[in-house]
Amino acid sequence: MSHQALPRPSFNAPEPDRAARTDLKVQANTAPLLPGKVSEIPDALFGLLMRLCGLAVVALLGLIVYELIARSQLSWHAFGWKFFFQSDWNPVEDSFGALPFIYGTIVSSMLALLLAVPLSVGVAVYVTEMSPGWLRGPISFMTELLAAIPSVIYGLWAIFILVPILRNYIQPFLATTLGWTGLFTGPPYGIGMLAAGMILSIMIIPIISSITREVLSVVPQHQREGVLALGATRWEMIRMGVLRNARAGIVGAVILGLGRALGETMAVTMVIGNTPQIMKSLFATGDTMASVLANQFSEATGDVYLSALIEIGLALFLVTIVVNALARLMVWSVTRGLPSKSIA
Amino acid sequence: MRRRIVDHTMTGLAVLTVILVIAPLLAIFSYLVYRGIGSINWAFLTQTPKPVGEPGGGMANAIVGSVTILTIASLMGIPFGIGAGIFLAEYGRNKYGDAVRFICDVMNGVPSIVIGIVAYSLVVLRQRHFSALAGGVALAIMMVPTIARTTEQMLLLVPQAIREAAYGLGVSRWRTTLSITLRTATSGVITGVMLAFARVAGETAPLLFTAFGNQFWNWKLDQPTAALPLQIFTYAISPFDEWHRQAWAGALVLIILIVGAVSAVRIAVRHGTLAGA
Repeated sequence: MSHQALPRPSFNAPEPDRAARTDLKVQANTAPLLPGKVSEIPDALFGLLMRLCGLAVVALLGLIVYELIARSQLSWHAFGWKFFFQSDWNPVEDSFGALPFIYGTIVSSMLALLLAVPLSVGVAVYVTEMSPGWLRGPISFMTELLAAIPSVIYGLWAIFILVPILRNYIQPFLATTLGWTGLFTGPPYGIGMLAAGMILSIMIIPIISSITREVLSVVPQHQREGVLALGATRWEMIRMGVLRNARAGIVGAVILGLGRALGETMAVTMVIGNTPQIMKSLFATGDTMASVLANQFSEATGDVYLSALIEIGLALFLVTIVVNALARLMVWSVTRGLPSKSIA
Repeated sequence: MRRRIVDHTMTGLAVLTVILVIAPLLAIFSYLVYRGIGSINWAFLTQTPKPVGEPGGGMANAIVGSVTILTIASLMGIPFGIGAGIFLAEYGRNKYGDAVRFICDVMNGVPSIVIGIVAYSLVVLRQRHFSALAGGVALAIMMVPTIARTTEQMLLLVPQAIREAAYGLGVSRWRTTLSITLRTATSGVITGVMLAFARVAGETAPLLFTAFGNQFWNWKLDQPTAALPLQIFTYAISPFDEWHRQAWAGALVLIILIVGAVSAVRIAVRHGTLAGA
């Protein structure tokens, strides 16, 4: 019995019944190494806990919807659907219409897309189809770096660099060459819709181009080879073999960019001028749904005023949810089944 | 011939787009460093803001405030995010999991200012004053979906065989998940967490009417608290040159803090302090 002095291996298993052992000399030990009783309850608890965490995400969305709806009731009852078609925004008389902000959001986002889409698709095409291998990494890294810059720093840069450039060079040039369209008239302040659209476009380029790149890299190699074998030049190959196949995914990427542009707040607030008006000229100042929230929310006095602002928030939320859901579905339809990289 | 010209034109245009995209990036960074370096000094890092007109002063309270708010947000957001990620990877291979996955993706796109409104009505309206806590809640809500999705993707990269090996040794499911699967994916999960952290660290919009900002020191979690992005915003739209200078300095400090925090954790992961695999 000398081995009793040695420490036993510390399993949580109960001591085997020594007396029983001596009676039955040959018997396979069929009990699991760790008895079921010990591991089943923690397992169930852990599973439950993780499921609760998953549920929390759903609950979070529910909570957001509930809070926004509950707190905007006052304004909804006061104005109804008219809220979205009325352009009068007057806190003093408690009369609120969101049209100028909706207009500002749409115009600035469209302007941003107009500038950003050709650039980001161009970068994606260059990186996946044309660039020498060693350039691929640095270019992707740098476009991704653009996404890491906080919005407020974009705004800061826009105020002190972009706006003066617009005021002194670009706006006078546009006014003389394209002034007849009516889009580029009025005094060139620098700040205004054009500045907002331009800074937005810089901000949404990373997301559009990184997702487009992902979508393009999913196009099978033999498509390219097939088109090239028919005697196409490289551009014809890209146009017919690559872009055409990736269409749905690219549209999805653009819509994701749109979703980002619609909700972007700080940089826009800093350069758009914050005046609730609807002007044809892009030089004019304006306001967007997000920027009016940033500007007026903390100083909103009166329940109807606050409620009207929250209703704008609710509308913005619903629009971005729809836009994002649509975009996700379109990107998924192309990249489905592939281990997609994280899209932050 | 015409086709070749088109081909070359298109190549040229593609190169041009790359230049046009990289140019603002370089412009922003170089100008940020140029203006920021000249404005950072010891006073900026150790003093609170001075009233308008007085030179000097700094953003020390805003830096500390940002750290406070981000700590609150991380304490609330990271456990929930990782938990939801584990759910998606280990328990969510079904319709219910798909729904949660889709909601996460969609929530990633919700404008940050809307999250700010929700935190306002959840915390500020109930407590009746602006607070660091409310700011932390807003940022935590933003962190959860991002962390959940990256954690899920990292856990799915862990080979099924490793899990089966653990089960084969009689290790229970929860132990397998925590000490085998999650541990193997540690570096990836931490990278995801840092991405989420970096994203919310620069957020201004959700703090506007939750943390609100403060010109003085504040050590209480239920009082208005200064934050670096808020201070940059306030100073940038002010008409004073001295404040503009400080806004640039603040922007540089913010970028350095974000990049510093992210790379510190990455180095720690790589050199084994936190390494799991």
